[in-house]
Amino acid sequence: MSAIGWPNFRSLNQEGIVFAIAVVLFVAAAFGLPGFIDPNNLVAIVRSVSVLGILALGMAVVIIGRGIDLSAVAIMAMSVAWYLQLLNSGTPDGLAFAYVLAGVLAIGLLNGFLVAYADVPAIFVTLATGSFVFGYVRSQLITQDAVPVPQGHWVELLGGLRFLDIPVEVFVFAGLAFLIFLFLRYTKWGRYIYFAGDNPVAARNIGIPVRPMLVLRYVLSAFVAFIAGLLTAASLHSINTRVVNSTLLYDIVLVAVIGGIGLSGGRGGVRNVLVGAALIGILLNAMTIIDIPLLYQNLIKAAILLGAIIVDGIINPRDEQTAQQGDI
Amino acid sequence: MSFRERLQSWRYNLVPDHLVGEILTKRWTDNAIPFLALVATLATFGSVIPGFFKLTSLQESTRQLGEFSMVVTGMTVVMLGGGIDLSVGSIFALSCFSAVYVFFILEQSIWLALAASLATGLVFGAINGYLVGYLRLRAFLTTLVTFIFGRALFDILVTTYAADVQLSTATSDVLDFIGDSTFWGLSVSVWLAIILAIVTHIALTRSRPGWHVLAVGGSRRSAHNAGIRVRRTVFMTYVFSGFCASIGGFLIACRLSGAGPGTGLNLEIMALTAAVVGGVSLGGGRGSVVKGLMGAIIVLTMTNGLIRLGYGTGTNQMVLGIMLAVAVTIDIRWLKNRHKVLNEVYVAPVYLRMGATQSAAPGSGTPYELDNRLSEADHIGLGELEGPEDVILDRDDNLYCGTRHGEIIRFFAPDYVRSEVFAHIGGFPLGLAFDKSGNLISCVGAMGLYSVSPDREVKRLSAETSRSWTSIVDDARMRDPNDCDVAPDGRIYFTDSTKRYDAHDWALDSIENRATGRLLVYDPKDGSTKTLLDGYRYTNGVCMAHDGKSLFFAESWACRVHRYWLEGPKADTAECVIRDMPGYPDNINRASDGNYWMAWLGMRTPSFDLSLRHPDMRKRMTRRLPQDEWLFPNINTGGVVKFNEKGGIVEAMGDLTGGAHPMVTSMREHKGYLFVGGILNNRIGRYKISGADPNWTSPASYWGAAS
Repeated sequence: MSAIGWPNFRSLNQEGIVFAIAVVLFVAAAFGLPGFIDPNNLVAIVRSVSVLGILALGMAVVIIGRGIDLSAVAIMAMSVAWYLQLLNSGTPDGLAFAYVLAGVLAIGLLNGFLVAYADVPAIFVTLATGSFVFGYVRSQLITQDAVPVPQGHWVELLGGLRFLDIPVEVFVFAGLAFLIFLFLRYTKWGRYIYFAGDNPVAARNIGIPVRPMLVLRYVLSAFVAFIAGLLTAASLHSINTRVVNSTLLYDIVLVAVIGGIGLSGGRGGVRNVLVGAALIGILLNAMTIIDIPLLYQNLIKAAILLGAIIVDGIINPRDEQTAQQGDI
Repeated sequence: MSFRERLQSWRYNLVPDHLVGEILTKRWTDNAIPFLALVATLATFGSVIPGFFKLTSLQESTRQLGEFSMVVTGMTVVMLGGGIDLSVGSIFALSCFSAVYVFFILEQSIWLALAASLATGLVFGAINGYLVGYLRLRAFLTTLVTFIFGRALFDILVTTYAADVQLSTATSDVLDFIGDSTFWGLSVSVWLAIILAIVTHIALTRSRPGWHVLAVGGSRRSAHNAGIRVRRTVFMTYVFSGFCASIGGFLIACRLSGAGPGTGLNLEIMALTAAVVGGVSLGGGRGSVVKGLMGAIIVLTMTNGLIRLGYGTGTNQMVLGIMLAVAVTIDIRWLKNRHKVLNEVYVAPVYLRMGATQSAAPGSGTPYELDNRLSEADHIGLGELEGPEDVILDRDDNLYCGTRHGEIIRFFAPDYVRSEVFAHIGGFPLGLAFDKSGNLISCVGAMGLYSVSPDREVKRLSAETSRSWTSIVDDARMRDPNDCDVAPDGRIYFTDSTKRYDAHDWALDSIENRATGRLLVYDPKDGSTKTLLDGYRYTNGVCMAHDGKSLFFAESWACRVHRYWLEGPKADTAECVIRDMPGYPDNINRASDGNYWMAWLGMRTPSFDLSLRHPDMRKRMTRRLPQDEWLFPNINTGGVVKFNEKGGIVEAMGDLTGGAHPMVTSMREHKGYLFVGGILNNRIGRYKISGADPNWTSPASYWGAAS
């Protein structure tokens, strides 16, 4: 754990392995693939994983607290689509933003409430709300699959911002990662998330407000998804709601799980997200350079995710005596 | 009676509140919500969409239903085993493609296509099963990943081979028959779905592998500890689910003669929603194939209905999301709170105004006047016994009693110091009686009527009577068999005190005060049990009159004794012989002087009598107060009362010190002594009755002198 970058083979863990694989891949690609090591390509790699990484940060916070948020992609795409639709139909910017922000927080609250107070498994709640958010916004609030950003709007300008030739979403990703790192590591509430994820009953018994904090995590995740959506729209000048049906959601889980954040909660941190994002970013970029079709890329990603879950299952085994009933 | 009391008596005695609790104890209430949802859905869409119920329209929509319900059946089995299978959509699509590939591109026979379909499904299911069952991975995420994997594979295959399929000229009558024809008005897919559902239902409810699935889903740990091969069982559920999905995929291949990018899309969330909406529980163990089918019909009707009503893209997902969220929440909350609701509403007190009674206080000059005579009794088995509800002596003067530990203890004459376990029964033996051949007959609490032969062989005589047609709970089963006695012809008359509570909940029965006690008769000639009388407030002790032509029985919570005629002009009718006593009567037995002994388990109090006139107050009490603080019949003082054939009270005795026999549930006269038992006591008392016949014994009184 202590020596990332200087692999200590006596205490090899998933994070270390993944980091080593990422380094090996990076070196191999640098020598084997033309144009990989080019600075522009490296910026493109970081940029491509920024949105994914931001979403994975939100997911990581939820997973550390022993939950999962399958509605993240739906919230990301549909909130921004609704926002842009409101703008295109002439709603004042401030009002539209307020509407959408309220909607995003409401979905986060609903997720959190159902998980925390109705005791419904997170996986079902967020599967259902994700489906609902997509269906409701698509059928009731917007008219087309893709919604463009209005000319000259601040979201468009955001997409063009560059510092030192590096696009703004990279800085947003870095900033968010640092903030969440501080939150998880140095604040009381951040530490509580680990306690609650490791053993919710014990955490509740020692007086941690487990249930309000669960709600907080889902609201946070929804909010982070909204930010990711804005950045996506900024760089593409539109938002395509079909992304909800793509494999983006599984990429997010992949980044979190492959980096070493245990699905049973209480383990991992921002560093794991960064490592996972690095591997996935290099991998996707390399596959694109080799010109593997998107469909095959999905197949490869699924195979990697399966491998990651199997390794997770072996590292954190469950058996008949310790498994909780209904824990699926 | 004041107007308020009249209102109360109407409100609580005429409105059948108790039915709510009884309905909630039924397992079919689990099915009621999905069933109502089904009826509501069909009614709504049937009325909104013109021609919804037309035959052609139904045939088209049921064809799809056949395929879908197969997938749901597989999903149901996986969920019953405690897992979940999100890869059904991919399996469905891949199986469809396998069939299409074999038939249209390789141009092989349709049966080979079917085999390819099934093989695809089984292999895919086996992969899921291996990962989830043997490697113990999380079902949800694992099948999610295999779902993505399968979908990616399918997308690649479909884009690669779409053109070839279009160009193929292969045709087959069998394929057209499966895809388009109907058989007795229903399409082939529906017939197959029905057959699959029936077979699965029988396998789940009537076969060992099916029980194993339910056991694993109900409690994985217990199943493991009981020796069930949990991993293999889980593995098999996924294989089965793959099998079901592959048949569905084959059928859609026949129907559409091809596979497209839309095949099996969103099928996993639809199947999951269907199973949960139908009432199959997450986490396993609860649910059935029928529930899954109900859910399948609801979901398909809704999604298809909305499309036909012209709602746009995304409506399906919206509706599925809402349905899934609502159904899962209801399922979880219902499972959590059902027993709480049941506890809340089960106790439904009724109104009763007890008649005025004479005092039993010492010095009051009434025949009921209690004294301290029982405190002079010797004790037998002090500290060794727990709960001798009834006591009895045989021809050899040995003493028998039941205990809380489910045993019948025998104390040996003449000094009753040495004892042994005469027989182990398992339930709490209450009333005891000897029949002509010396078998010990016992009413065992919550179990039934038992017989123990002199060589200690325990035999169950009866555990149920005929079921009454109007009762919601199954009242055939005896809940509280209390006391018994044997008629000269060998028939055993016994009481079942209440239909609503088990024996140990007698206090709740007294608080509710609903008249559900019965008098039953067991006929040893044909082994039948019949209900003679019904509707008494806690029937208790039974005793044959000395002439054997009638019997007395006690009605505890009404403080009455009734006489039931076995023969003569009043045969088969009951009349009340003692009413409004100051104590709650328990067992009744013969006395040597031609009279009868009756035990009082407790004494009436003005406060509890008053509370019986306030059912609303008792209802609030059981809901809001902890059990320790409930008001219920006083059982700190009891006694023994002697009454004559006409119901006149001869004498009464008690133990007002409360030291030895505060509560008396039975007494038996034997050779000049009275043996006294109490269900909450730790001893049997032996009291010398002055002036009693020193040679009279109960077995001789019943069956004549020893031969």
